Amino acid sequence: MTVTTARADGGAAGYSPGRTLTFGTEFRRQLTRRRTQWTLALLALLPVVLLLAFKIGGDGESGGNDGSFAAMADLGTAGAANFTLFAMLVSSTFLMVVVFAMFCGDTVAGEASWGSLRYLLAVPVPRGRLLSVKLAVALAYCVLAMTVLTGMSLLVGGIVYGWGPLRAPLGGEVASPEAIWRVLAVAGYLTVTLMVVAGLAFLLSVLTDAPLGAVGGAVLLYIVSNILDAVTALGDLRDVLPTRYTTAWLGLLSPEAQTDDMVRGIVVALVYGAVFASAAFWRFTRKDVTS
Amino acid sequence: MRTWLAKRRGWVITAIVLLLVAGGGVVWQAVTAPPGHTTEDARLTVLSGPGRDEPVELDTTLYVPASTPAPAVLLAHGFGGTKDSVRESAEKLAGQGYVVLAYTARGFGNSGGEVHLNQPDYEVNDARALLDWLSRRSEVELDRAGDPRVAAVGGSYGGALSLLLAGYDQRVDAIVPQITWNDLAASLFPNNVVTDDPGPFGVGEPHQGVLKKSWAGLFFATGMGRGPTPNPACGRWAADICAVYQRIVASGELDDEARAVMAKASPKSVLDRISAPTLLVQGEADTLFGLDQADANARGITGAPVRVAWYSGGHDAQGAEADRNRVELLTGQWLAHYLKKEGDAPGGSFTYSTVTGIRNQQLDMSTLGYKADSYSGLSGASSQKVDLAGRPQAIASPPNGTPAAISSLPSLGSLASLAGSAGVGLDLPGQFAAYESEPLSAPLEITGAPTVRIKAASPTGEATLFVKLYDVPDNGNPTLPNGLIAPVKLTGLATDIAQAQPIEVRLPGIAQRFDAGHRLRVVIATADQAYANPVEPVTYTVVVDGPVTAPTVTASLLPSEDAIWQIALVVVLVAIPAGILIAWLTVRYRARRRVRNLVEADAETPLVVAGLRKTYKDGFVAVDGVDFRVERGQVVGLLGPNGAGKTTTLRTLMGLLQPTSGSLTVFGHQVTPGAPVLSRLGALVEGPGLLPHLSGVDNLRLFWRATGRPIEEAHLDEVIKIADLGERIHRKVRTYSHGMKQRVAIAQAMLGLPELLVLDEPTDGLDPPQIAEMRRVLHEYARDGRAVLVSSHLLAEVEQTCTHVVVMSRGRVVGAGEVADVIGTGTGARLEDAFLNLVENVGKDS
Repeated sequence: MTVTTARADGGAAGYSPGRTLTFGTEFRRQLTRRRTQWTLALLALLPVVLLLAFKIGGDGESGGNDGSFAAMADLGTAGAANFTLFAMLVSSTFLMVVVFAMFCGDTVAGEASWGSLRYLLAVPVPRGRLLSVKLAVALAYCVLAMTVLTGMSLLVGGIVYGWGPLRAPLGGEVASPEAIWRVLAVAGYLTVTLMVVAGLAFLLSVLTDAPLGAVGGAVLLYIVSNILDAVTALGDLRDVLPTRYTTAWLGLLSPEAQTDDMVRGIVVALVYGAVFASAAFWRFTRKDVTS
Repeated sequence: MRTWLAKRRGWVITAIVLLLVAGGGVVWQAVTAPPGHTTEDARLTVLSGPGRDEPVELDTTLYVPASTPAPAVLLAHGFGGTKDSVRESAEKLAGQGYVVLAYTARGFGNSGGEVHLNQPDYEVNDARALLDWLSRRSEVELDRAGDPRVAAVGGSYGGALSLLLAGYDQRVDAIVPQITWNDLAASLFPNNVVTDDPGPFGVGEPHQGVLKKSWAGLFFATGMGRGPTPNPACGRWAADICAVYQRIVASGELDDEARAVMAKASPKSVLDRISAPTLLVQGEADTLFGLDQADANARGITGAPVRVAWYSGGHDAQGAEADRNRVELLTGQWLAHYLKKEGDAPGGSFTYSTVTGIRNQQLDMSTLGYKADSYSGLSGASSQKVDLAGRPQAIASPPNGTPAAISSLPSLGSLASLAGSAGVGLDLPGQFAAYESEPLSAPLEITGAPTVRIKAASPTGEATLFVKLYDVPDNGNPTLPNGLIAPVKLTGLATDIAQAQPIEVRLPGIAQRFDAGHRLRVVIATADQAYANPVEPVTYTVVVDGPVTAPTVTASLLPSEDAIWQIALVVVLVAIPAGILIAWLTVRYRARRRVRNLVEADAETPLVVAGLRKTYKDGFVAVDGVDFRVERGQVVGLLGPNGAGKTTTLRTLMGLLQPTSGSLTVFGHQVTPGAPVLSRLGALVEGPGLLPHLSGVDNLRLFWRATGRPIEEAHLDEVIKIADLGERIHRKVRTYSHGMKQRVAIAQAMLGLPELLVLDEPTDGLDPPQIAEMRRVLHEYARDGRAVLVSSHLLAEVEQTCTHVVVMSRGRVVGAGEVADVIGTGTGARLEDAFLNLVENVGKDS
C-alpha cells in the first residue's frame, strides 16, 4: 500500500472536480433502475394499447360534445399523424405530467432516501455539479420519454393507418411531410410546457428526502393550477398560470399554424421552469445534507 | 418561531417561491391594468321627448381621466344592459385619456322612462341632452361653446344609437357603432331575395320578410325589464311600440305603422346626414344583425370617412381574444385620430378574420386576421363561380313549422355558432333539397355574401324558404358557417317548376375558408326553428339554377399582435443560457480561489478539528467547541454516548454540514462542501448508501465511476478481498443481510485506499470472526502512513482496535490521547471505567 500524491487543491492524484459524476455515469445509474425501464417500456407500449382499444372499440358513436377531445378521438384513426396526436392528447394531461415529475422529482430525493447522496457528496462531487448533471440527465429522460411515445405512435399509426395527411378537428388538412413536422413540433411544445412540472418536481426533490413527496407535490400543484385555470373569475390573472397554455398546440392543427398562444406558453413554461430550477440550486448549494 | 421555521424549511421555501410567483401575477395585473381615473355617479334629469321638454331621469357614471380637459366618449350599452355592462370598456377608454360618460338608456336599469327602441324623439334626444350636459363640464374639451369634442361608441342597441345620434346631432365628431342594424325591419323580417342591384333590400315595394321570431321574442322579453311590473303585457316598453310588437308577431307580417316605427329607429333613415367619421365593427357570428347590415350602413354613409372591420364574435359568440383585441386597437386608433388628433388617419383598409380551429380546452376560437386595402362590400373584390349539381325536388313545409331544422340557438352565446360547426344544423328529411359541387381543387376563401339562383314552384303561389351554404369535408360532418341561413319569402310563384322564373338569393355574409377537397352544398329547406313558418302545410318544388357566385377578397395576413410575448420569448431564450453561463463562470472563479486556502503547518496531518461548533437551525447545539487531531499511522476511536455529537462531527468532516464556527482541515485543506481534499477521504457514516437494484460489485464500480478517477486507482480486487465479500457480491444489494451491506459499504469507503478512512460503527452487523478480521485490517491500513477514524459504542472493541481515543459527551471532547493514557484517568483497568468516569464528570459539571 502506498500513499498517493496529492494535487495542489488538496485532491487525490486522479481526482478532478470536472470529471466526477459525468452525464454518462448518471445516465447509466438511472437507466439501471427498474422504474426507468418500466416507464420507457410503458410509453413504448401505450400506442399499441391505444391501437387495440381502437380496434376492439370499433366505430362507436362518440357520446356528447366534448369539444376538442371528442374531435381528436374521432380523427384518431385517420393516419399516423392523427394517431400520434391522439396518443399525445390522452397522455399529456396526466401521464406525461407524472412521468416528468417522476424523472425530475426522484432524482435527488431518491438518492437521499437510499443514503447514497452523502457518499456522492463526499466523493466529492461538487454540489452545483451534482445538481447540474442530475437535472440534465432527468431532462434527457423526459425528452427520451416524449420521443419514445411520439416515435412509437408514429410508427404504429403509420403501419396500421398509413401516412395520410393530418386532419384538423375543425376541418382542413395538412399534407404528409409537413404533418410529421407538425406532430414533432407538438411533441416539442408539450415537452417545453412540462418544464413547469419538471422544474417544480426538481425543486421539491431538493427540499425533501421523500421521492414520493416530490413527485406527488409537483403533480398536485399542477392539478391545482389546472383548477384555478377553470375559475373564470380570476380573469387575466389566469394568463400567467403555468397550465394556461398546455393545449395551445391545438393551434398547430389548423392548415395555417397558429403560434401566438404557443409563444406565450413557451415563455411562461420556461420562466417557471427557470425560477424553480434556480431555487433548487440556490437551496441545495447552501443546505445541510442530513439524509 | 425560529425553531418552527427551521423545522418546516422545505415548506417555507416552497411557499415563498409560490408567493413570489403569485406576486408576479399581481404585478402583471397591475402593469396591464389601465391607469387611474376617477368616477362620478349621478342621476341626471334631462329634457327629452318630441318637444325636448319632457324630463327623464338617467342613471350615469362619468369616468374622468387623470388629465383634463380631454375629449369625451358617450358610451351606450346593448339592449337589456345598463351603464355597468360597459364598465370595463369605459375604464379602458378613461385609461386612454377620454372623459367617458356611460349611462343607462331610458327604460332600463335605474333610469326612468320607457323603452322607445331608439326613437329620435326619445332615446336620441336623451343622448343629445347628454351632449349638452357634457359641453358644460369643465373636464371636457370643447370644439366651440356648447359643442363638446365627443365620440359615440356602443354595441348593438348602443351602436344604432351612435349612428342615429350622429345623424341627428352634428356635434358628434366620430362614432364606432358595433354589431348593430341598418334597417330594423329588414333585420327582424329578413328576405334575402335580390330585387335591386346592388343591395338585397330593394326600395319601392313595401318590405316583407320572414319573422325572425326567436330573436324578436328574446328582444321583447329583454325590454320587459326585471321584477314586478304594473303592465304585465308590455313591462317597460312604451305603449305604442308594444302594440306594434304584439301585432306583427301575431300576424308574422309587417304593416305600415310597424314599418314607420322601425324606419325611424333605423340608421338607414339618417345615413346621408352623418358627417362623423365612422368605424363600423360587425360580427361574423351574428344571426341577429348580419354582415349585410354593416354593409348597408357603409354604403349609406357618404359624407364621412368609413372603415369596416369584421371579427369572429357577434350576438352569437364572444369572438376570439385576438379578435377582440384587434377591435379594441382599431377603436383606439379611430378615436385617437378623430378626437385627440393624434396618429395618422386610419385609412380605409378592411380587416376581418376566419376561424381556423380551437385554441385550447376552453374552446376559445383560434382565428386568422386578414387585411385588405379597401372594403369592397359583400360582393367581394372579385368572385368565383362554383357549379352545383342536382335535380328539381319536392320539399314539404310542415304545419306551423313543426318540426323544424335548428340552424342557430339565439341567446345561447357561443353555443349558437358551435351548433352550426358541430353539425347540429342538420336538416330534416323531406324538408330540404341539397345541391353539391365537385370537390374544390383549390382552397376557396369566401369573404362576403355568396349568391345563388333558385327556382321554386308552389301550389299556393307563395313560399317561405331557407337557403343555406354548407362546407362539406370528404369525411366528417358538414358545417354551416356560424349557423347563418338566408330566408326568402316569395310570392307570385308558378305552380309548375317548368314555368318557374329564376330568383336570385343572397346568402348570408361570411368569412370562411373552404379547404381543397371540400364540397360546397346549397340546401333549400322549408322550416327553421328560429323563424316564423307558414301555418298551413304545403309542398314546394325547388331547384338551383346555376352556380354559386362566391365573393373573394385579396387580403394579406395581419401580423401577430402578440409582439410583447415574442420579445419575451427572445429575452427568455437569451437569458436562460446567459444565466447558466454566468453561474458556471462564478463557480469556477470561486473554485480557483479556494486552491490557495492551505494551512501549511497541517499539510501532513490527516485531520485537525479546531473549535468546531455546530448549531442546527432549530437552535440545538450538537457540537460545541470540539478539538482533536488524527495523525498519520493512528487508528483513532471516537467515543461517546448517543447525542454526544459524533455523527455531527463526521458529517461536517464529509462536507455535508456547514460548521457554525471553528474549522476542520484535512491535510491542511479546509473542509467545505465539495472541497477537493475530500477525495483523499473514504467514509462510512450512518449506514450504507447503496443502490438496492444493483449488485454489490456494480455498486462499487458505479461509485468509482462517479469519482471520475481512473479504475486502476480503485484497487477494486484488493478492497473486495479485504472486506471478505465472496461470491455474493454478484447478487443484488436488496437481497443482502445487514452485515453484508455493511461490508460492501466498508469496501466502498476503502475504494482508492484513501489516506483518511472514516468509519462509523464499522462492526455493526459483523460476526465475531469478521470483527476480529476487521481489527487486523484497520491496523494494517494505518501502517503505511494512512489514518483511520472509527466511531463506536463498543468500548472493548475500540480498546483493542485503536491506538488513540477521543471521548465526546454533550458536544464536547472530554478526554483524548493514547488508549493507555485514557484508561489511566479512570479507576479501573478497562476503557469502560475511564469512559463512564469521563462522561459522568461532564454530567456533574453542567
